[in-house]
Amino acid sequence: MKISYYPGCTLKNNAKNFEDSTLCSLNKLGIQVEELPRWNCCGTVFSLATDDLIHHLAPLRNLIRVKESNSDKVMTLCAMCYNTLKRANERVKSDPESLDKINEFMYREKVKYKGDVKILHLLELLRDEIKFETIAQQVVKPLKGLKVANYYGCLLVRPKEIGLDDVENPTILETLTTVLGAVPIDFPYKTECCGAYQTVDKPDIVAERTYQILTSAQSQGADIVAVSCPLCAFNLDHRQQHTVKKYPEFKHIPILYFTQLLAIALGCPEEALRFDLHYVDPKPVLKEKGLI
Amino acid sequence: MRINISKRKIRDRFVAKIEELSGQNLLACYQCGKCSAGCPAVSQMDILPNQIIRFAQLGFKDELLKSKSIWICASCFTCNARCPKGINIAEVIEAIRQILLRKREDHVQVQKLSDSEKGDIPPIALISSLRKFTS
Ligand code: SF4
Ligand code: SF4
Repeated sequence: MKISYYPGCTLKNNAKNFEDSTLCSLNKLGIQVEELPRWNCCGTVFSLATDDLIHHLAPLRNLIRVKESNSDKVMTLCAMCYNTLKRANERVKSDPESLDKINEFMYREKVKYKGDVKILHLLELLRDEIKFETIAQQVVKPLKGLKVANYYGCLLVRPKEIGLDDVENPTILETLTTVLGAVPIDFPYKTECCGAYQTVDKPDIVAERTYQILTSAQSQGADIVAVSCPLCAFNLDHRQQHTVKKYPEFKHIPILYFTQLLAIALGCPEEALRFDLHYVDPKPVLKEKGLI
Repeated sequence: MRINISKRKIRDRFVAKIEELSGQNLLACYQCGKCSAGCPAVSQMDILPNQIIRFAQLGFKDELLKSKSIWICASCFTCNARCPKGINIAEVIEAIRQILLRKREDHVQVQKLSDSEKGDIPPIALISSLRKFTS
């Protein structure tokens, strides 16, 4: 199977661990990943104001690139890119007049966009196309005894119209971690916002949320927290630095992308996990469980 | 607190502008409070999400434009998902922010952040902060 891939900016630097672990895993699963040529930043957030069409250009231009590479499907990993691309696409699909305007604005593009690209999150690709049963057969190192709190955050599940699972109680990550041999643990903060971009000018808010989310996961016995968004990863991992200043009794807990867990279970080498990009080192707990 | 409700305020262009930019019918809200009950940011807010809707219905322009809450909301869409009347509260808050941002009243000055404040903040955070909080 071949799939077009839209990485987005952060996957190429701070979240290289997300990208490398994904590429290694998909390679093990026999998927050929083709990065889109000339992709651009999606803008990270979907424009909410009704008259703000100009900001839909960035996500839609990427969908033109998909068409140009003779595909009508694109996979993305980052929850924010997924949300922005998919919402912009839905927006123009339901409003042909605005699609015309946007196409006119992009008059130098050779391809006129028609709203006909399907945006898939990697989790959907794993669940609906590769299938979890196939993944189960390829697991060479089951994540035995690893207790994982799966954190979805906002943009994989909201709004309901574009979410990839139940809006209030998604379980796709729990199913995947079970397939990988780990023990998913339930906790009430799995879809609670981490504070997102407030991290730039109000890091205190994020440190507080991080405290609530992570101590809740810890109280349920989690060894690690699994995430699927580079901004959640930064807030929950790197902002622990602030959290511990605010709450000296706070105990660090490693944050991993779900794809790093997938990569370990499928037997990818440690270079693909890029633990050097983490603030809280996941190695001690993974070593203790005999996983690395 | 003394509250002045007047036809003049309710019919002010401000209310129409919020409805236009957000695409929401403000009068659909019956003040159940569900949006505020589920909002993760209420502890930092001066006006709660349901109150923002109420103030918008009544044209309380100054109170809304001065409120801290519009910059505390992170568009997490929890309120939208739970409103029994189908109101997109996050879009209403965006409309209020837009009214200020379109007058070039930026909320964040990234160029003023020190290197240590910026730290190793990823591009995704900087770009989204600029998109939401600057014009
Ligand atoms: S949940 Fe909806 S109806 Fe209830 S107070 Fe909030 S906006 Fe109004
Ligand atoms: S979108 Fe804003 S107001 Fe609504 S729940 Fe999230 S932070 Fe609160």
